Amino acid sequence: MRVFLTLARRELGTYFVSLTGYVTLAAVALLCGWTFCVMIRGMGTASFPLPVTELFFQSPMFWFILLIANAVITMRLYAHEKYSGTYETLMTTPVSDLQVVTAKFSAAWVFYMITWLPFLGCCYLIQKYANQAGALDQAVLIGTYVGIGLFGAFFISFGAFASALTSNQMVAAMISLLMGMTLFGLSYMAGPGFAGATWQEQVLSRFGFFEQMREYAHGVIDTRSVLLLVSLTFLFLFLTLRVVESRRWK
Amino acid sequence: MTSAPMIEVSHLTKRYAGRTALADISFTVARGEIVGLLGPNGAGKSTTMRILSGYMPATSGTARVAGFDVFYESEEVRRRIGYMPENNPLHNEMRVREYLKFRARLKGLSRSESRERIDTVLEQCSLTDVSRRIIGQLSKGYRQRVGLADAIVHEPDLIILDEPTIGLDPHQIRLVRQLIKNLAGSHTVLISSHILPEVEMTCSRVMIMLDGKILASDTPANLQRFMANKGQIIAEIAAPANELKFEWQQMAEIEHYDVSAAEGEFQRCALTARDGIDLRPQIFALVQARGWKLRELTRSRHSLEDIYVQVTRANEEEEA
Repeated sequence: MRVFLTLARRELGTYFVSLTGYVTLAAVALLCGWTFCVMIRGMGTASFPLPVTELFFQSPMFWFILLIANAVITMRLYAHEKYSGTYETLMTTPVSDLQVVTAKFSAAWVFYMITWLPFLGCCYLIQKYANQAGALDQAVLIGTYVGIGLFGAFFISFGAFASALTSNQMVAAMISLLMGMTLFGLSYMAGPGFAGATWQEQVLSRFGFFEQMREYAHGVIDTRSVLLLVSLTFLFLFLTLRVVESRRWK
Repeated sequence: MTSAPMIEVSHLTKRYAGRTALADISFTVARGEIVGLLGPNGAGKSTTMRILSGYMPATSGTARVAGFDVFYESEEVRRRIGYMPENNPLHNEMRVREYLKFRARLKGLSRSESRERIDTVLEQCSLTDVSRRIIGQLSKGYRQRVGLADAIVHEPDLIILDEPTIGLDPHQIRLVRQLIKNLAGSHTVLISSHILPEVEMTCSRVMIMLDGKILASDTPANLQRFMANKGQIIAEIAAPANELKFEWQQMAEIEHYDVSAAEGEFQRCALTARDGIDLRPQIFALVQARGWKLRELTRSRHSLEDIYVQVTRANEEEEA
């Protein structure tokens, strides 16, 4: 546990001493704020037809942030250490591979959640000044953050996997972008009203991430979606662990 | 367990795709020894060290550190070593003290232990002044000492240093070397280098490596004695060259001679004696008898450099 905390704290610390960390924070805050501005201007004085969170997730900004921010957050996890050689000093201390993988994942995930704090601020502002009961309640906010957290965990786990494959940060970012795009493609195909006849289509229909996120933002936590995202996260963590271990087989 | 040698390597082989980095090497290092691995780039020094530190596995053969197998009991081995890789990679964004604390905690030291040990190693490595500076802004000499401080912070039984003085200026080299010497006694140290005087000055034993094999393993003094038998005598004498050549031909003890013109009337003679006989009194007597002038008469002591060149060249010729 001590090793895990030491590692995770250092990993998290690097985001706050690097320019990339602050640029990511600023970019997410900007995109969030911008989306809210556009949303409120478009509405004028009309009352909220839906909770603000759900409105927010109807814009593509969330997915944009998820895709880009995660690639930026995760690309340096392993690739940078391998490139600079500190991976060797890390792996020759008495740490286990599992500790390294979980610590790096946790630090990246915590940082990702921190980048979503401005979103909370925007919601708070709306609740305070719009003064409408239907705009926001606790359940909706919790559901939204569960969704953000779960999708983030999944995207970070494959971002970390991509980073573990290479010693070049750009390559790592490209791999995770490509994987993210593929997932978006699948989600697009499995849009609303997609009903599968064959088993392939049924599998595909489970990857309707846009629909799933809309549900979270509506305050509905669907256990099927939770289970899918959690198991995909574990799958990629497991694959990352195998990649890290692979240096012992070579 | 305490009687086991610190390092025990037997029939270790490492093959990368299409290339053999280590070819069946075996050696042992006793506790408290300072051993230098010497060899040109690509001889297999770093590979040996990486295997010993548990970073990569060997293709075949076994290596044990303090009685633990480096592959099967990797974590136990890693607990007992302090390893500084080639080029000394550090986290450039961290401060010196913060970095050492991070490393000490990773290596299993408690909060209070680490605080105490960090103070000690900062002192030992003369880093106290820069303990709050950011590593990325330090000069190379300081960075190197940070790497050393990291290697010794948890008081490991075995310290493995891969090229610890590469790229330093002479003054910094001396500091680092002194530091390594001070580690002797309480720790076992394995250092690699392709710089000869370094190994000669710091190590109690030298292993010369080439193409993944260990060619020689002895104390620097013994290697020197071995070479001294083949020592050369240099004499600078003011005399006609043909007369000198004639004299050397007459002397039965001379195996090989070489006469070349030095400045002025002097001739520089390089003489190799049979069976390591010291020719100097004979040469002096000859010069005196002939009434020549003599301005230099020395027996060249072989530095490790000559031994190294000789051993590696002999091996290359054998293969050719």
